Amino acid sequence: MFDYTFQWRTALRALPDMLEGAVVTFETAALSMIFGVLIALALLAMRETPNLATRALAGTWVSIARNTPALFQIYIVYFGLGAIGLHVSSWAALLAGITFNNAGYLAENFRGGLKAIPDTQVRAARSLGMSSFQAYRLVVVPQLLRIVFYPITNQMVWAVLMTSLGVIVGLNNDLTGVTQDYNVRTFRTFELFALAAVIYYLIAKLIVAIARLLAWRLFRY
Amino acid sequence: MFSTSFTWNDLLFLLQGAWVTLLLTFWSMLLGTFLGVSCGLLRALLPRATIPLGWFLDIFRSVPLLIQFVLFNSLKSIVGLDWSAFTVGCVVLGVYVAAFCTEIVRSGVLSVPQNLRLASRSLGMTYWQDLRYVVIPLATRVAFPGWLNLSLSAMKDTALVMWIGIIELLRASQAIVTRIQEPLLVLCIAGLIYYLISLVVSRLGAQVEKRWQQND
Amino acid sequence: MIEIEKVHKSFKDLEVIKGVDLTVQKGEVVSIVGGSGSGKSTLLMCINGLENIQSGSIKVDGTEVHAKGTDINQLRQKIGIVFQQWNAFPHLNVLENVMLAPRKVQGKSRAEAEELAVKQLTHVGLADKLKVFPGKLSGGQQQRMAIARALAMTPDYMLFDEATSALDPQLVGEVLDTMRLLAEDGMTMILVTHEIPFARDVSDRVAFFREGLIHEIGPPDQVIDNPQKPETAAFLKSVV
Repeated sequence: MFDYTFQWRTALRALPDMLEGAVVTFETAALSMIFGVLIALALLAMRETPNLATRALAGTWVSIARNTPALFQIYIVYFGLGAIGLHVSSWAALLAGITFNNAGYLAENFRGGLKAIPDTQVRAARSLGMSSFQAYRLVVVPQLLRIVFYPITNQMVWAVLMTSLGVIVGLNNDLTGVTQDYNVRTFRTFELFALAAVIYYLIAKLIVAIARLLAWRLFRY
Repeated sequence: MFSTSFTWNDLLFLLQGAWVTLLLTFWSMLLGTFLGVSCGLLRALLPRATIPLGWFLDIFRSVPLLIQFVLFNSLKSIVGLDWSAFTVGCVVLGVYVAAFCTEIVRSGVLSVPQNLRLASRSLGMTYWQDLRYVVIPLATRVAFPGWLNLSLSAMKDTALVMWIGIIELLRASQAIVTRIQEPLLVLCIAGLIYYLISLVVSRLGAQVEKRWQQND
Repeated sequence: MIEIEKVHKSFKDLEVIKGVDLTVQKGEVVSIVGGSGSGKSTLLMCINGLENIQSGSIKVDGTEVHAKGTDINQLRQKIGIVFQQWNAFPHLNVLENVMLAPRKVQGKSRAEAEELAVKQLTHVGLADKLKVFPGKLSGGQQQRMAIARALAMTPDYMLFDEATSALDPQLVGEVLDTMRLLAEDGMTMILVTHEIPFARDVSDRVAFFREGLIHEIGPPDQVIDNPQKPETAAFLKSVV
């Protein structure tokens, strides 16, 4: 049948380096989420302004982020910006690409979340003498946070999984990059990538678990 | 004047890549939908017995697709299967799609109110008749937008099969970039093609939904 | 004193208020009754500036509500409003719902606001629900909480916009009782309501609204028991 002997030892020897890679993976994903959320909020505000140009810009961003592959978005940054004289590292290209993608998806989620909060909440807040800013800060945003919490968690898991694309533009210090490095040297493809898969799975589950814990502490209603 | 080394042949090459992208999407969606509908129905109708199935499918949603391609490809050589890279791409992507499709189908079925099912049973329908004539038609409407979105993300995810050596749209554009050194132009054309495919598919989907709504 | 003079209000091309005049004295309770779409609720929203007006003027204690220089947030603290859909803040518990505005708008300390909130909540019969979230309350309880929330700002005027219309019939009584107490305490109130017997009981004057105008106004024993205009009589017949 098959005459392949699995050599898990080789893979396990790579484990410490892979775990270091996992840290890079997690950090990259977390950074892309922080920037992603901030940009998404900006896009949300831009889509509400009467100015046609800013609205069109935000709309285009969201639409491109959602309708083209993430890998394509990373390519544009890595190869495309290089062509106009802006040379970016593999890591920077990966981070920028994923951030672009996150921002687009999150902006759409936020918009949906905002729609889910009835206007009457703002009315009630304003009727008590709150300014429009206070009404948003004290009444709308706390409710929005709960609505978008689950999509944000989801997007964070996505961001971790998307960082694996860095290897295609030559990144070698994230989890997939490190794994690929060992793979090229030892040719133990299956063992190494199976181990990487386990680590990715655990990171994903860890994120979900932390999110659950946070939600339980944060949302009492 | 704007000059470029991008030729008609290059465009043809890109379109061939796009055709591969579409074929991959089609076959993986076919496989994934078939598996996903089966698993989704099982998950909805026998929720307790199929909890392990739920865990198993969750693995595919929690591991990068790229790594799934690499793993399956190497497993194929280990077991000695003589499959083409295209088949490997379709199977891996198909299973990946199935993992998501299962959840879409499951929540679609669960969205059918229990009262309605009791009503149809009270009219004398059997379990299977209720499923066939009441639950599935209603669940389909609920699940359709999610399924359409899934097919769009499958289309975008096909870009990753370049890693196991298939020349699809994005890989084709990379090949041209290497030759003519005009990455921005070539990538923009590739992006435009992806965008147009998405646009056409979601427009068609919207048409279908509209037609359903007219009957409501 | 609330002085409404020749107020016109339109939504796009649809004119819903067509020149209303109404003066409400301090301590007076005025009920507004009429068919749906007659502009009654909109008038309330105009009084505290939640809706703008096209022409005319509304003055509260001599301050023009819709004038450019008016500090509307300041003015709204004087005018409490209770909505048909009680609009509880779902992310805050009952006590926090009531404390929020006194703390953030009036700058009261936590202790001060809490004392005030507990007092108002006890008044409306919710002293045992302080730490409960609105989602766990019945509609009637939420509406009473909304009344306490408005009262915690120590307003001089209270507006009630069909405060019992969205409640289950068996819960209407508890909210009406709360409103009755308030009227007996001498609060100046304008109520938009469909509860005709209640309006007759508590009001000093009743106004019948029809097609964006006050069709008939006077003491309850005149407007309700002995209407002068055929349209008023027809309306009263249709709701009883």
